[in-house]
Amino acid sequence: MTELASRVAPPYPPLSERIKFYGLWAGAVLLLLVLPRLFSSGSALTTFSLIGISIIFSLSYNILLGQTGLLSFGHAVYYGLGGFLAIHAINMIGANKLPIPLPFVPLIGGMTGLFFAVLLGWVSTQRSGTAFAMISLGVAELIASSALILRTFFGGEAGISANRTKLIRLFDWNFGPQIQIYYLVAAWTLIAIVAMYALTRTPFGRMCNAVRDNPERVQFVGYDPHVIRYLAFCFAGFFAGIAGALAAINFEIANAAYLGAAQSGTVLFSTYIGGVGYFIGPIVGAIFVTVLSLSLSDLTSVWQLYFGLFFIAVVTFAPGGITGLLMMHRPLIKGGALGTVLPYYLISLVPTLAMIAGLVLGIETLVHHTVNPGEDPNIRAFGINFNVSSPLTWLAALVLIVGGFFVARKTWIRLAQAWDEALTAAREKGHST
Amino acid sequence: MTAPAIEIKDVQKSFGNISIIRDLNLSVTQGERHALIGPNGAGKSTTFNLITGYIAPTSGTVKLRGEVISGLRPYQINRRGLSRSFQVTNVFANMSVWENLRCAVLWTAGHRYSFWKNIDHLPEVRDRTAEILADIGLATRRDVPAGLLTYAEQRALEIGITVAGGADVILLDEPTAGMSHAETERAVTLIRRLTEGRTLMIVEHDMSVVFGLADRISVLVYGHVIATGTPDQIRSDPKVREAYLGEEAA
Repeated sequence: MTELASRVAPPYPPLSERIKFYGLWAGAVLLLLVLPRLFSSGSALTTFSLIGISIIFSLSYNILLGQTGLLSFGHAVYYGLGGFLAIHAINMIGANKLPIPLPFVPLIGGMTGLFFAVLLGWVSTQRSGTAFAMISLGVAELIASSALILRTFFGGEAGISANRTKLIRLFDWNFGPQIQIYYLVAAWTLIAIVAMYALTRTPFGRMCNAVRDNPERVQFVGYDPHVIRYLAFCFAGFFAGIAGALAAINFEIANAAYLGAAQSGTVLFSTYIGGVGYFIGPIVGAIFVTVLSLSLSDLTSVWQLYFGLFFIAVVTFAPGGITGLLMMHRPLIKGGALGTVLPYYLISLVPTLAMIAGLVLGIETLVHHTVNPGEDPNIRAFGINFNVSSPLTWLAALVLIVGGFFVARKTWIRLAQAWDEALTAAREKGHST
Repeated sequence: MTAPAIEIKDVQKSFGNISIIRDLNLSVTQGERHALIGPNGAGKSTTFNLITGYIAPTSGTVKLRGEVISGLRPYQINRRGLSRSFQVTNVFANMSVWENLRCAVLWTAGHRYSFWKNIDHLPEVRDRTAEILADIGLATRRDVPAGLLTYAEQRALEIGITVAGGADVILLDEPTAGMSHAETERAVTLIRRLTEGRTLMIVEHDMSVVFGLADRISVLVYGHVIATGTPDQIRSDPKVREAYLGEEAA
């Protein structure tokens, strides 16, 4: 029998593949160690910490959405509760001089997320699809509004704060400086990524995929899809709790915004934009969305509007997310046909950018006019001065949008043709995946 | 005397006012190949759904090897050693052929909800999956997502998933529907081989398949079994000829 297995079963990965696999993880560790040396400013370290937190949170969300096919509108509940418990834990440990150093506090957050997922998940995971989505939304609203009502625990509008430096020290670190928080977040991010990746490679992880694809059939191979959904929900709650606790440690505060709808929406955004079909997708999404939201919010007051537009564009044109888009090019790269497509990309980039520029111009002038009507109509963007009251500006925006769209559409069609040809060429060389 | 593999006793099933199954009595002996035939809308698929726990009977009982299983959930019945295929192909479309079969092997191999074992390091699961993969003749299509297989290949995979868990009572719902003549022949050979030594219950429209494969046949008309017997008995039964077979059996 083993003879048959060795003939028809997927071969065990050869040594070179395994070296590559572990090399990738080693590379990730190295990168995390080197990053603060390359970018040592306080704001860069804060950004890295936020990215790490967002990676854990998004990956935990993808256990639900990508792996098990559960669309949740209330994942921030477990993130937020993890954060609140972490703050309370820090205060309690500090006040009672308990021998628990700060690096173990995220585990308390994780256990909190797990506890509430165990408590609230059984009912909501009875069904998938719309029923699950609606229940998750209801639970999220319930917890978020309790956060404003139960003041002693949640601290009302102001939230609850803590001082992370008062705990017993580990390696003589008091976790005051951001660099120490960075290493703390980096270590937990690495642990969480490894754990969640390992989870996808277990019998349970595989059955999650089966439940996503076909819950009906799962019942006829001996599994209760409800139990699988419930377990997936508990794991997602656990890792979300860790992420929430790290956020609370980073900001030294937890407030109602942690468990609100906006937070649940953000994690859905990052995960989906990154790509739910690949393990690495949410990591890409978390990095992209965190960096973009931090930089966009510096540039414009309506950055969330741009986010919404971008999200719609991804859902419509690239349902596989950024990772899905990149993965589409794998057969082309392997077949050496990327070069034939590249010029078409560059050509279509010009009118597409023109269209986007027109859109931005239109939005910004409109915002300036409606939000700050009394102010000086002259604004400066990308080093160019605009008069937002001038009809010329409006006309320019309109021309860019409409003209850009019509030209861009033509180049997109050309690009698609070039794509198909390149793909056929690559397939003929035997690179189908 | 051993208990029948499947015993349906006085089962009724109605949806609202409409009674689909009336006074259904049916017994499938252990180890036999039993075909269930009947005109469209006779309730053949409903009977399968009643046996497998997909729907619960309004009244009456279904027994598996003497144990009452009516009212149990599909996965509980499956764990007692009964497995079914579907009339409409029902596989895990985004997962590869290999993953499809492996998912069907996991529960009986005892790995259940385990989230602490590496799925690639389970030798007995690997062996069993490879065995089924070779049996259904899809070894060359191992890494293809099930949704991209041809229709006949998907039907073969469907049967593979059904038998992979090692259930000793197998229910196949129109396994050759929509197949060409050559494909049907291959499918019948496959079914014969894979269900060797097990109990098979099959719903089928193709009469050459039914009469070639079955040890006994039951004829279902309007939710009621009007005759059960060997292919020869069924062929010559006047009630069956009148109600269903007509010209075909003559």
